[in-house]
Amino acid sequence: MIQAILVFNNHGKPRLVRFYQRFPEEIQQQIVRETFHLVLKRDDNICNFLEGGSLIGGSDYKLIYRHYATLYFVFCVDSSESELGILDLIQVHLEVVFFIAPKVHYILQEVVMGGMVLETNMNEIVAQIEAQNRLEKSEGGLSAAPARAVSAVKNINLPEIPRNINIGDLNIKVPNLSQFV
Amino acid sequence: MALKMVKGSIDRMFDKNLQDLVRGIRNHKEDEAKYISQCIDEIKQELKQDNIAVKANAVCKLTYLQMLGYDISWAAFNIIEVMSASKFTFKRIGYLAASQSFHEGTDVIMLTTNQIRKDLSSPSQYDTGVALTGLSCFVTPDLARDLANDIMTLMSHTKPYIRKKAVLIMYKVFLKYPESLRPAFPRLKEKLEDPDPGVQSAAVNVICELARRNPKNYLSLAPLFFKLMTSSTNNWVLIKIIKLFGALTPLEPRLGKKLIEPLTNLIHSTSAMSLLYECVNTVIAVLISLSSGMPNHSASIQLCVQKLRILIEDSDQNLKYLGLLAMSKILKTHPKSVQSHKDLILQCLDDKDESIRLRALDLLYGMVSKKNLMEIVKKLMTHVDKAEGTTYRDELLTKIIDICSQSNYQYITNFEWYISILVELTRLEGTRHGHLIAAQMLDVAIRVKAIRKFAVSQMSALLDSAHLLASSTQRNGICEVLYAAAWICGEFSEHLQEPHHTLEAMLRPRVTTLPGHIQAVYVQNVVKLYASILQQKEQAGEAEGAQAVTQLMVDRLPQFVQSADLEVQERASCILQLVKHIQKLQAKDVPVAEEVSALFAGELNPVAPKAQKKVPVPEGLDLDAWINEPLSDSESEDERPRAVFHEEEQRRPKHRPSEADEEELARRREARKQEQANNPFYIKSSPSPQKRYQDTPGVEHIPVVQIDLSVPLKVPGLPMSDQYVKLEEERRHRQKLEKDKRRKKRKEKEKKGKRRHSSLPTESDEDIAPAQQVDIVTEEMPENALPSDEDDKDPNDPYRALDIDLDKPLADSEKLPIQKHRNTETSKSPEKDVPMVEKKSKKPKKKEKKHKEKERDKEKKKEKEKKAEDLDFWLSTTPPPAPAPAPAPVPSTDECEDAKTEAQGEEDDAEGQDQDKKSPKPKKKKHRKEKEERTKGKKKSKKQPPGSEEAAGEPVQNGAPEEEQLPPESSYSLLAENSYVKMTCDIRGSLQEDSQVTVAIVLENRSSSILKGMELSVLDSLNARMARPQGSSVHDGVPVPFQLPPGVSNEAQYVFTIQSIVMAQKLKGTLSFIAKNDEGATHEKLDFRLHFSCSSYLITTPCYSDAFAKLLESGDLSMSSIKVDGIRMSFQNLLAKICFHHHFSGLLKLWPRAAQEVVERVDSCASMYSRSIQGHHVCLLVKKGENSVSVDGKCSDSTLLSNLLEEMKATLAKC
Repeated sequence: MIQAILVFNNHGKPRLVRFYQRFPEEIQQQIVRETFHLVLKRDDNICNFLEGGSLIGGSDYKLIYRHYATLYFVFCVDSSESELGILDLIQVHLEVVFFIAPKVHYILQEVVMGGMVLETNMNEIVAQIEAQNRLEKSEGGLSAAPARAVSAVKNINLPEIPRNINIGDLNIKVPNLSQFV
Repeated sequence: MALKMVKGSIDRMFDKNLQDLVRGIRNHKEDEAKYISQCIDEIKQELKQDNIAVKANAVCKLTYLQMLGYDISWAAFNIIEVMSASKFTFKRIGYLAASQSFHEGTDVIMLTTNQIRKDLSSPSQYDTGVALTGLSCFVTPDLARDLANDIMTLMSHTKPYIRKKAVLIMYKVFLKYPESLRPAFPRLKEKLEDPDPGVQSAAVNVICELARRNPKNYLSLAPLFFKLMTSSTNNWVLIKIIKLFGALTPLEPRLGKKLIEPLTNLIHSTSAMSLLYECVNTVIAVLISLSSGMPNHSASIQLCVQKLRILIEDSDQNLKYLGLLAMSKILKTHPKSVQSHKDLILQCLDDKDESIRLRALDLLYGMVSKKNLMEIVKKLMTHVDKAEGTTYRDELLTKIIDICSQSNYQYITNFEWYISILVELTRLEGTRHGHLIAAQMLDVAIRVKAIRKFAVSQMSALLDSAHLLASSTQRNGICEVLYAAAWICGEFSEHLQEPHHTLEAMLRPRVTTLPGHIQAVYVQNVVKLYASILQQKEQAGEAEGAQAVTQLMVDRLPQFVQSADLEVQERASCILQLVKHIQKLQAKDVPVAEEVSALFAGELNPVAPKAQKKVPVPEGLDLDAWINEPLSDSESEDERPRAVFHEEEQRRPKHRPSEADEEELARRREARKQEQANNPFYIKSSPSPQKRYQDTPGVEHIPVVQIDLSVPLKVPGLPMSDQYVKLEEERRHRQKLEKDKRRKKRKEKEKKGKRRHSSLPTESDEDIAPAQQVDIVTEEMPENALPSDEDDKDPNDPYRALDIDLDKPLADSEKLPIQKHRNTETSKSPEKDVPMVEKKSKKPKKKEKKHKEKERDKEKKKEKEKKAEDLDFWLSTTPPPAPAPAPAPVPSTDECEDAKTEAQGEEDDAEGQDQDKKSPKPKKKKHRKEKEERTKGKKKSKKQPPGSEEAAGEPVQNGAPEEEQLPPESSYSLLAENSYVKMTCDIRGSLQEDSQVTVAIVLENRSSSILKGMELSVLDSLNARMARPQGSSVHDGVPVPFQLPPGVSNEAQYVFTIQSIVMAQKLKGTLSFIAKNDEGATHEKLDFRLHFSCSSYLITTPCYSDAFAKLLESGDLSMSSIKVDGIRMSFQNLLAKICFHHHFSGLLKLWPRAAQEVVERVDSCASMYSRSIQGHHVCLLVKKGENSVSVDGKCSDSTLLSNLLEEMKATLAKC
């Protein structure tokens, strides 16, 4: 089982926090902070596994993380998950991710559900998400148009505000994904 | 209407959307909290509006705020409103917010039931999907019960997108509503073979999660999974299945055998590292579970170790880490194959990655043997010197101590070396493990008596050196070792070389800078030392010297009296008064030494850590009852501030030890080297005199002067452990030479013609006797200690509820609650109407099916039996070379009759095959068979009328009385037990080997921990030796070839060689093991005594009555008899007991049919026969009188007979 998925940036600001076990909000924040401090002090060229954070889980749990440019992806899993498998899964998730919190959530929902891996086939995930986006657009129709226009204008006026996190420099290459899927 | 909507949208465009919120938070870095509270106010306004789009936008923003740590539970109702929006866009926002913030304590969650049900049955697959996803996060027991049936239906949805989600969510439903597991399981199982790979993967996922918690319930699915494993190409699925097999194999070793080959193939063929790694892991699990060797056993281990070596050598740190992790699993059962990669693992100690270094350290822990311990520790010591961070250095320090002290210092052959290692470790600055080193020093000095002299000399040196005092302010720092040093020097002061010097060292003014608890020990031990000096002086008649010592005490003790520490102060004042009193007596020339040393007479023995707990509560003592009525509640709080105070004390700033110490040490080292060079008696490492002997031919003819190296060698000054490494090598070399010599002598003797024994035990290099006579004092336990049965299982474990037998046929009552459409009235009380609806729906069904019910039940039972047989059959066939031995598909109920007979046939075949095939574990099988037969016999004895004769297939079973029932008895007798493990054993002789018996030991894990690394060490006697694997020594334990998960028992068999069987004998042994649970692992051991009775050397052998008569007439047999009174048991039972416990059998008659076996019995008189493994005949005539039994025996060996009869007497006396 996956117990939690955390995405935060290099400063520890959460970008996506998903717990599959109930923790009160303040504990959640504490876990994010603790995890951030744990992964922060690790070099990029050392292994991606961490044993037993004190807050989450027990000895059975492992933190498996990847660091991409400005973001840390951390999965907290128990021994029923394969370590290398989860690392590959983070790649899978990344491939379909743009970093707008709710959208990431919708995408994540297609990959992991209730703590269990739902789908590992990237094409399948992308297809489902695109279908849902189409559905959203069609529902938006006339009534959503003005709002979209306003927000477009807002964004033009404030160019320095990142449309979101710059992912241009993310070099997402998944060489061994094909074996996996 | 349309206008109104557009107007709403225009209003809305001036509201903040999520992007605005995120942007706003970034722009208000200084007053973020204020800005957010402002936003929350706006959101609250928005939520009050009717427009659902505005609400959804607000909820979307709340979801973001929740991520930042803000509580949004107050908006739960609004979230539900958004969930029930008709548009997917809004619905999705609502469900997302719910999945992030709802939990079992959310009270409005019960309002969602109908909404979710509606969404689940929505025509849009995405509505359904989003509802399933959301529900998976916040499902409650109520929701699970109410919606289980709806989800069940979705498992057969046409769209795979829905199917896979429905399958996956079932796991959550099972967790919350365990009753749903059995009804839903058949469909879940179906999904394992779904055409869509996603659905299949989901089903595998769910079953793997279920099986991981309660593997035994899922054993019957093994054939199906096996088929999937050999056919699937989805690596994710493969990994899951392979992991599942890893959990199943400990329960069914036969499964493991079947798995080895396909797994090996996968290991060879796959290019995916993740899959390779999991395959290796499962192969390891299989190898661990197999209790006895199989042909390609070592090949598989080699393969695993090789692959892991590749992983460890990889530049990818992740692979390296995992390689080491898996290696440690192999290590537990096959240490030898890992040990050959020691170089690689030592290399990992230099890795820049701390996780990897720690893993490597873990591995080293298990890799040590008597042979390489010194070398490994030496390596570690160099790392200690190099290590930069104190955390890693401390980790190294604890590991060194762990490695050396494991299983009762099993691997230490030279305790002098160990003490010097400990002393070397005291030079670490700034460590926080001073107390660990101190504990080790104390433990070794107390428990290894032979080392005390050496330890005392080292400890006095420590007390003398100043550097430890320098770091004295830090609690738990290195100064803690002074605690041990002071105690050891005081307690064993008789071994001190210069007690006076040590006494002065302990009374130095700087001692008062030490932490209080150490000073207290100083004060106390100063007196012990003083007492022994006094004794010495007085015996030598030096009255002046004695008075001088007293004066020293009187002068120095006041510094402790002034201590701020109460304990120190109190002890010091007490002792000061005592010493003053002694001074007065001394002035009068009164001898006092006797009385002073009487203060410290007697030895302190170590007490087992659990001893206190195991003291039985005396009868009539209620520990919970109040002795006096409690006064008030506030009293108990008084202790708390004290504990806080202690905590604070630990974090005092530390001081740096002075550099001068290092120089001083270096100087001493130089001096020592000089001294060694000039000392003609100092044995230098090269050129070794022994080596020269070895090189010259005919070593044994050269008279070798015996140098008794087992006498502790005095190494001057502070010891350097390296020296011991050299010395130890030499010592071992010598030992070997001596042994060779002895062996040759023996051979010569043999040549002269007198063969002593056919089997000389071969000694290997591993056979290294420890240098000191290691007299490890065992820890004391209270006399009538209770075996504590702690059941640590967590009653709140949610997975426990899912421990459900899935093979049992479904009862009619086991149905998921089906809910009809609710009308508005019932929806108000959703919980109450469930049972009502259920009843309604059940009644008509019952009427319809009543007559069919019984039939169906029968069929189901048959099906179940068949399933069990299927599994057996599947497992018992030899694995064919082809990838899949296609398991029979589960037959539907219609085919049941046919299938059943078929299965029976198959089983017979399988049985036959089994016997044809050379089974690797014939003994185990036999044992099982015996059990079966025993129960069969029991059943038959119930059914058959008296007088009917049972065919005697196996002589073992004879003597079972047909007329009367005997309580089933086990030939396994209790060997030893404690709270972790229960050992029972059975000793069986075999006719093939005339001097061997097999001891079958059943180990039952009765704790909640996993027991691993079990080792059996038995102390051989002259007469009985344990057969050990090649290359292991008499002192090495023999590993038990399995691990025991909680509650599991397994049998291990060991062969013993017995020379003379005429006497009973006992062998002492110890089972050592590691008990591992969530809280950590502990080393435990259990002592036992193997009792080889004379009866255990007997083998039930049938004898024809005429041969029996001839034997009696021959006159070669000596005779003896016993009589036991007060027996009330019936004669048949009595005979049965003799047969069962003492391996006798009745006589076979040639009449009425050949090989019909009856105990020949005339009235109350029976003849019985047995044979020993060495061919002694034993004949018995058992006669029953009134309340007594007499047994006359005749045997070819009179000692054997009398011993046998004694044993029999004991058995009969219990009747």
